[in-house]
Amino acid sequence: MSLALIAALPFLGALLPGLMIRAGRNACAMTTGFVTALALLMLGLHAPAVLRGEVIQTRIEWLPGLGLNANFFLDGLGLLFAGLILGIGLLIILYARFYLSKSDPMGQFYTYLMLFQGAMVGIVLSDNILLLLVFWELTSLSSFLLIGYWKHLPEGRQGARMALTVTGAGGLAMIAGMLILGNIAGSYDLTVILQNKEAIQASEWYLPALILILLGAFTKSAQFPFHFWLPHAMAAPTPVSAYLHSATMVKAGLFLMARMWPVLAGTPEWFYIVATTGLVTMVLAAKIALFKDDLKALLAFSTVSHLGLITMLLGFGTKAAATVAMFHIINHATFKAALFMSAGIVDHEAHTRDIKRLGGLRHLMPVTFAIALIASLSMAGIPPLNGFLSKEMMLEETAHTVWAGSHWLMPVLATLGALFSVAYSFRFLAHTFLGPVRDDYPHKPHDPGFGMWAAPALLAALVVIIGLVPMTAAGWLVDAAAGAVTGEPVAAKIKHWHGLGSPALWMSVLAVGGGLMLLASHARLDAIWNATPRPEAKRIFDGIVEPLAALARRVTAISHDGSLTRYLAIATVTITALGYYAWATADHGTGTRALTPIQTVPAIGWFLLVVSSLALVAFHRNRLLTLVLVGVIGLMVSVGFAYMSAPDLALTQISVEVATVILLLLALNFLPKTTPVESSGGRKLRDGLIAAFGGTGVGVLIYALMTRDFAFPSIAEYHLANSYKEGGGTNVVNVILVDFRGYDTFGEITVLGIGAIVIYALTEALLRGGPANDRLLAWSPDQRRAGDRHPLMLVVATRLMLPVALIVGVYIFLRGHNMPGGGFIAGLVVAIALVMQYMASGFAWTQARQKIDYHALIGAGVLIAAATGIGAWFNGVPFLTSDFGYVNIWPLEEFELATAALFDLGVFLTVLGAVMLALASLSRIAIRAGETINVDAFDIHPENDGPRTEPATTTTEAR
Amino acid sequence: MMSHWIIAPVVLPAVMGAFIVLTMRHDLLLQRVFSIAATGALAVISLALLWAASVNPPEVYRLGNWPAPFGIVLMLDRLSAVMVALTAFLALAVQIYSASTGWDTRGRHFHALWQFQLMGVCGAFLTADAFNLFVFFEVLLIASYGLMIHSGGRDRLRAGVQYVAYNLVGSTLFLFALATIYSITGTLNMADIAGKVAALPEQDWAMIRVGAILLILVFAIKGALVPMQFWLPATYANAPGPVAALFAVMTKVGAYAMIRTGTLMFPPATPATGTFLSDLILIAALLTLAVGAIGVLGARSLGWLVAFAAIASMGTLFVAISQFTPEATAAALYYTLHSTLAAAILFLVADLVADRRAHLRLTEALPPIARSGLIAALFFAGAIAMAGMPPLSGFLGKLMILDATRGDSMALIWSVILATSLITIVGLSRAGSVLFWKAHASTPEEPAETKDEPLSFAAVFLLIAGLVALTVFAGPVMGWMEATAANLHDPSSYIGANALVEVGK
Repeated sequence: MSLALIAALPFLGALLPGLMIRAGRNACAMTTGFVTALALLMLGLHAPAVLRGEVIQTRIEWLPGLGLNANFFLDGLGLLFAGLILGIGLLIILYARFYLSKSDPMGQFYTYLMLFQGAMVGIVLSDNILLLLVFWELTSLSSFLLIGYWKHLPEGRQGARMALTVTGAGGLAMIAGMLILGNIAGSYDLTVILQNKEAIQASEWYLPALILILLGAFTKSAQFPFHFWLPHAMAAPTPVSAYLHSATMVKAGLFLMARMWPVLAGTPEWFYIVATTGLVTMVLAAKIALFKDDLKALLAFSTVSHLGLITMLLGFGTKAAATVAMFHIINHATFKAALFMSAGIVDHEAHTRDIKRLGGLRHLMPVTFAIALIASLSMAGIPPLNGFLSKEMMLEETAHTVWAGSHWLMPVLATLGALFSVAYSFRFLAHTFLGPVRDDYPHKPHDPGFGMWAAPALLAALVVIIGLVPMTAAGWLVDAAAGAVTGEPVAAKIKHWHGLGSPALWMSVLAVGGGLMLLASHARLDAIWNATPRPEAKRIFDGIVEPLAALARRVTAISHDGSLTRYLAIATVTITALGYYAWATADHGTGTRALTPIQTVPAIGWFLLVVSSLALVAFHRNRLLTLVLVGVIGLMVSVGFAYMSAPDLALTQISVEVATVILLLLALNFLPKTTPVESSGGRKLRDGLIAAFGGTGVGVLIYALMTRDFAFPSIAEYHLANSYKEGGGTNVVNVILVDFRGYDTFGEITVLGIGAIVIYALTEALLRGGPANDRLLAWSPDQRRAGDRHPLMLVVATRLMLPVALIVGVYIFLRGHNMPGGGFIAGLVVAIALVMQYMASGFAWTQARQKIDYHALIGAGVLIAAATGIGAWFNGVPFLTSDFGYVNIWPLEEFELATAALFDLGVFLTVLGAVMLALASLSRIAIRAGETINVDAFDIHPENDGPRTEPATTTTEAR
Repeated sequence: MMSHWIIAPVVLPAVMGAFIVLTMRHDLLLQRVFSIAATGALAVISLALLWAASVNPPEVYRLGNWPAPFGIVLMLDRLSAVMVALTAFLALAVQIYSASTGWDTRGRHFHALWQFQLMGVCGAFLTADAFNLFVFFEVLLIASYGLMIHSGGRDRLRAGVQYVAYNLVGSTLFLFALATIYSITGTLNMADIAGKVAALPEQDWAMIRVGAILLILVFAIKGALVPMQFWLPATYANAPGPVAALFAVMTKVGAYAMIRTGTLMFPPATPATGTFLSDLILIAALLTLAVGAIGVLGARSLGWLVAFAAIASMGTLFVAISQFTPEATAAALYYTLHSTLAAAILFLVADLVADRRAHLRLTEALPPIARSGLIAALFFAGAIAMAGMPPLSGFLGKLMILDATRGDSMALIWSVILATSLITIVGLSRAGSVLFWKAHASTPEEPAETKDEPLSFAAVFLLIAGLVALTVFAGPVMGWMEATAANLHDPSSYIGANALVEVGK
């Protein structure tokens, strides 16, 4: 449990700074520091056991199905890294307290820092590579926040995004690599994987896994050619740079390579990929560092170079080289963190970190100078400091390494790298601190307070101590870590003097001498460097990302340009083509049903249908004509239903047609009478072909369906057989609608009701202001109007028809269960009868004569239908179970009462309410468009043949 | 004794919707109280159903007490139960958000439509009848159209017309599909269809395949599978924020129907249809992922970005679905829960931004918005979830999907999923940078919050808490999902529960 707690502590601690900042900056920093110290203490308690060679484990089940568990383990390698992360983290917290200015939100900073710290500790303690991936990606995310901390700086934002992109990409590759690796090993637990070297290296998946995992490690550790993000991450506040780039984030890649070393290393693939990348990175970055004028950029490239060095050592695949790698990790962390902090102090005090504007600071900032002196000499590899020790050992290793048959390539290039390293280290020191005091610093520098230099001073002290007594100060830790990496006990022998016969000595001498010479001629080289064109990583990165983003923008804009025609064209082609594909790739037996002979009357109907459909296409610009043709088509379909013995369908269809045509007519009133020409000829041809393609598909499908029989007896047989016996009705269609499949009807009437209230809400929205409302207000009829809106004949006829229509409605409703009819049709019939009144005498006149709100009709209809269904529950049967019985009430004949009739009443009310609400909504639009409200039944009084009253003004609207 | 609770997720919102229309259409407070209470009750009921489905085999509910396949039956199994529960919880959080931000005041009938929307979605999840599925697709379509154009506005209405037109094509197609399937099998009960399709004589194979592909295409429209995704971006980007957040579950209706159809009626083992459906779904899913990720990178505004992110997540989900193996289906179910919540969070965050910023365009930086820090943090969490980064459940979901796709197409699937993840990350980081960081370039100070609506933030936090719970309890959740997937891929208990009666007996 305790290991998980160590990893969790920084995350828990991340919650505190945001709160504690309210208690002041000191309290905030101290709380943060306390949490880190606590984690460090808990780690320290485990140290003795780990150094004895024990491996401490914590296992928590998380997602066992996948093999992702919160398993942690601590061995020498984990101890080394966790110690560095927490130890240097503590120093960074101290340093940042004094580095951040008052305007920087410190709580946020510490929160991000703790998140990052937790992620790093998680990586190095994970005993499960999937868990490791979780923490791995978390470092990418939290470093994104840290690098972009100064969000007002464009460099910060861009640097953060670049870091996230590069390390994120590597992380994603690593996901694949880890999944493959786990699959080979049969477990995602590191301790298991580390036992399976043979199986892994023998697998055909070894190379893909290796490459994918190394992509993750290389991007994180800024190895060439992924190194470019790191210098741009320097836009972050210096404490972040010091933390991320000395001890932690960039070392995560190294950690991973070290962690996987026992199973991945030792093959030629590993050697050539890892060692070569490391070598190239080391030399290249060291060279670039020499020419950087920004102190932090110099240190950044130096970091890249040193990471390359360590990568190279790990790539050698030998126990000795791995040991040196571990030692150098410690040394680099100490001197590089100290250097970053010194650079930060210089920046903080002099308000610049441009080397060319600095110099002579040793007089003004003696303490900072002392720290920087020690740290940079160590970086240069000058005895007796710790940097010297590990560099010598590194050179020694390269001297024994053969690269593609060449004995000299490695040592020569490594020496060259060391030479550059000497040069830039001395440049950092000399050009900043030595030379005469200048009088043109942006700000007069002086040493900062103790709080700010305490942390780097402590690190500098470590540099000296490890340098002087390496075996006592660090030997044990190196042994433990290297032992964990190599899986064998290691007893490192670190010493200053290897005798004159050691090649490393002469390589070192060469590097120092050459480095000093290089520095001496720096001014000239710098001019050459600046004159030579070279690839600029940021420009290349932007040159890839920006055009890609622009391309994505274009592709998206063009493909999703809002053209419904094209969307539907694509849909039609896809549907038809896939339908054909599905049909063509399997066996098909032609249908066996005989075709019925063609008779004259149906043929005429068919002909009308076809002609009116074609005419509709031809005349679709004339909206009124379109509506007429739609009416014809609807009528023919209704007739077709009637002809094919489906009177219910025919009745429904025809009443739906009437209601919709009336509503559409009313709506058309407010639209232009013709639609504009929108398509070119070519486009019409294209769309015509697509439509013909889709239409043919539908025709063929229906032909195929109608010429074949069911493969199995259909459920319709049951409905026919049980409609009367079980459903209490002889009209099977109605029994299906209200009983067998009453639930469908329940859904559909709800749809109708929703549709009506949507129309209402839409009207509200339209009339509340906006372009549609403006257009209505400015509306002038584009056609001549009839002189009399409410002709006497129409009024009289509809009045006479009303009671008849109502009785018809009731009749249709009542007979529904046994004969064609039912609530749906009845609702439509009554609605049409009422609509006629509105048409005859105007909305307001009619509305004033009935008090029912149509919303209420809809709500009541759905509720009655639902209540009928629910009623069955009290009978112990499911929703919508119907019951019926026969009753005798004098003087009526015996008649049937079915709950289905009650359900049908709900249907009736909903349908009626929906149609009427739609009508009411349209009337409101009409009134907004200037239609006057009439208070009388007629506009023109029959007696005096003129306007009876002045039409009322338009201010009041119908309900 | 049959439990009537199975139908409660349909009847409760239906009654509540009608009740609101009938009695409280003039009073918003009444609507809020009753509507939110009803959604809360739905959430409680859904939990009870979830529990029942976990401990019991699939349970049938015979509407009208007619035996299957002659009447309509509902079926409560683990899959249906979890989808209903997901819907209820999402709806509850988002509804609280709507009321808190006052979205429900900006048009009429918001709460009634909301209830009808829930009725449609729950009905679709619960029904075991193919035609009834169509009916509930209609319910949820028309209600969603009403919600989508809630409060109006030119762009919204225009997008709404496209939405409803495109989806009506889908409805028509649904009818063609059902007609085809019914003409061959003579039945509409899904379990019955499953049995009939499996026993279909060879001469009918071509026709049933046509029916199957048409049906799958309907679900592809709902699930925004390329090339049927065109309706989604404009709809989601222009819909009111909370409505878009609720719509996060609507695409899942398509995914649900695909899972149900592909495991029950047309499983790869059925000779008539074989693997041709799953092959097509995989291709479309990979394309969907690509289109979504490219859209995220190239989005003009935050709304479009989130919409395309939602498309990409559907792509990921359909990749998992297309495998039709128990492991992949379990992963798909987990990812369904995750991606629904993640998309909803981002839509709500986009709405929080839209409320405080002049516009949502990503091409120009505007001064910082009020509560910038908090909203940025919420966006960060949502983006992490959407991109499938740890520590939220998206990462686990993606890992499990990768793990479950180690088939023949592994290299292709993995490459597409990982590459699109990167593109998504880049797109989201660019957007966040413009919205929340670049804003500070000119004026570092964020203005003070003028309105006080803590509940809207609480709603977002509630959804994030859902993701955290999914992450922390990933083990038990996946155990549950694995059992669910096992049931889906061996539907004998589901079919058995229907107690199908043969025609003529």
